[in-house]
Amino acid sequence: MTTAETGSETRLLTTSKAMVEAIAQEMERDPSVFLMGEDVGVYGGIFSSTEGLLERFGPERIMDTPISETGFIGAAVGAAIEGMRPIAELMFVDFFGVCMDQIYNHMAKIHYESGGNLNVPMVITTAMGGGYSDGAQHSQTLYGTFAHLPGMKIVIPSNPYDAKGLMTAAIQDDNPVLYFFHKGIMGLGWMTPNPRATDHVPEAPYVVEIGKADVKRSGSDVTIVTVSLMVHRALDAAEALAKDGIDAEVLDLRSLVPLDREAIVDSVTRTGRLLVVDEDYQSFGMSGEVITTAIEGAFDYLDAPPRRLAYPDVPIPYSNPLEQFCLPNAESIAAVARELVNA
Amino acid sequence: MIDEDTQRELLRQMIRARVFEEAMAEVYMEGKTPAFDIAAGPVPGEMHLAAGQEPVAAGVCANLRPGDAVTATHRPHHIALAHGMDMKKMTAEIFGKETGLGHGKGGHMHLFDPETHFGCSGIVAEGMPTAVGQALAFKKQGKGNVAVAFFGEGAANQGAFHESLNLAALWKLPVIFVCEDNAWAISVPKDAATAIGNNSDRAAAYGIPGALVSDNDVTEVYETAAVALERARAGEGPSLIEVKTDRLLGHFQGDAQLYRTQEQIEELEQRDAIRRYEQALVESEVLDSAEALEIWNRARAEVEEAIEFARSSPYPAPESALTGVFA
Repeated sequence: MTTAETGSETRLLTTSKAMVEAIAQEMERDPSVFLMGEDVGVYGGIFSSTEGLLERFGPERIMDTPISETGFIGAAVGAAIEGMRPIAELMFVDFFGVCMDQIYNHMAKIHYESGGNLNVPMVITTAMGGGYSDGAQHSQTLYGTFAHLPGMKIVIPSNPYDAKGLMTAAIQDDNPVLYFFHKGIMGLGWMTPNPRATDHVPEAPYVVEIGKADVKRSGSDVTIVTVSLMVHRALDAAEALAKDGIDAEVLDLRSLVPLDREAIVDSVTRTGRLLVVDEDYQSFGMSGEVITTAIEGAFDYLDAPPRRLAYPDVPIPYSNPLEQFCLPNAESIAAVARELVNA
Repeated sequence: MIDEDTQRELLRQMIRARVFEEAMAEVYMEGKTPAFDIAAGPVPGEMHLAAGQEPVAAGVCANLRPGDAVTATHRPHHIALAHGMDMKKMTAEIFGKETGLGHGKGGHMHLFDPETHFGCSGIVAEGMPTAVGQALAFKKQGKGNVAVAFFGEGAANQGAFHESLNLAALWKLPVIFVCEDNAWAISVPKDAATAIGNNSDRAAAYGIPGALVSDNDVTEVYETAAVALERARAGEGPSLIEVKTDRLLGHFQGDAQLYRTQEQIEELEQRDAIRRYEQALVESEVLDSAEALEIWNRARAEVEEAIEFARSSPYPAPESALTGVFA
């Protein structure tokens, strides 16, 4: 099979393999790209985000680090300002607390503080998301926390095609980019199977532009805006809603910074109804920003007050029934969408 | 033995920094009397001056070559000047002017200069991992350059200090860590904050050389740094240097210094390292008194010119605050 966009041969790849392929192709192309992090070498990343790279590129370019996030993320900042293009993996985004100073006070601000004289071209890859009983410190998404702070681009792929194209774009970008990958979309054999975690991916390198949302399913009755694994849940909900004669549009934001506000406004203008689904905490986050965008840009087109279905403002519980109760799913998304359409 | 040209240069760099900071102390108070308002005057905000610490900057930086990188602290002026930063652009940045290094977006704690590979930060120990990364880049690029991280003794209790030393030692990077031990972390004396007497001893924990310069002496700093830099350039890895230096002024301008006595402050002033070095050079006939005076006068003229440049430069357009977040 070939894709229209690239004319290139495609293969079925998991999200993790698509992400790794982008890194490998950029490392082939650009000798200044290197990767470091915890267990990125022999292990291949605990969520297979670096699988096979050590064998291909050797320990000089695929560097296992000590458990020392301030040290190696800070070192990535230093290497980036000296002309390298480091990729640093923060194993779980939950670990940001031990290194946020380097990320936010340093990496994200240097370009601005220097009056534009210094660039910090680096990527931080990080695993996010729960649903598998990993508790309060290994299950969060937290992209809203980072998106709130200026100076970092935030990309959040939901599928193999975007995972590759957004990774290529992130490495080539002259700004710091945080690349959030959800464990539940990587196509890992040891996680709950997800058919959308495997898809056709072109072999040739390509870029998915950072800051462009993607309409995953067109519809006319309600717009469901979300990212990452919740895109899959929203698509499942849309299929169920279709059986009830409700035609839902699913918009995958793909990036939070920059945010494709035009796509949100366009979609809501057509459907007149907005539901935001967010695996991140509800308050002061993505759901509020998307709803504000719709109200500012499409108020006159709204047929009902926007709704949101987000992770409640509680730490993530361990026990399966507790965690599943808190997470949005296809049924709860469909239920809120029905209420919205029937309001 | 340091050659005479280098001796004169060490003195000159220390004098430039001292004259600059004396002028800055005056300018800083403009508009701030009789009532002190931190936001008032041509130089608002916090102002951390390094008078007394010049031997550390001059002694280390005199050993550096073009392309070598330096990260510094919230108290960066003496280091930036010794490393070759343009005094006019630096002063204009401190004045918040369009002609400043960061077009007014950085300020005195955030001086970034790609030309001299210089950066600094207002967060204690933050620049240490940066220097490690710069050294990592130099090693990968085969450049033969080194990176130097300056930090205060207060920073040695931060995690970033230990993570940086470990990574640099583990990867044998061309970086040297220079601790300016001025004995005070704002108001807390070192012996109330640090479990051991000398931070240089902490080098042993990472299997790297640790050197102590106990007398704020520029000659000893120069020679100690030379050894560490030679080692780094030879690919033998990092070193830690600690210099017992003096902070003649408060933590920031306007600090009433209630935590130390007037006698303590006067004692520091009496052992001023610049005066001591100047006297030593005159005694050893490296220069005569007239030549020494000439160095002071030239420094005053250079500083005056820089301040005049900063004063007469325009402020950035207010709306430029909204641009330049991304490249």
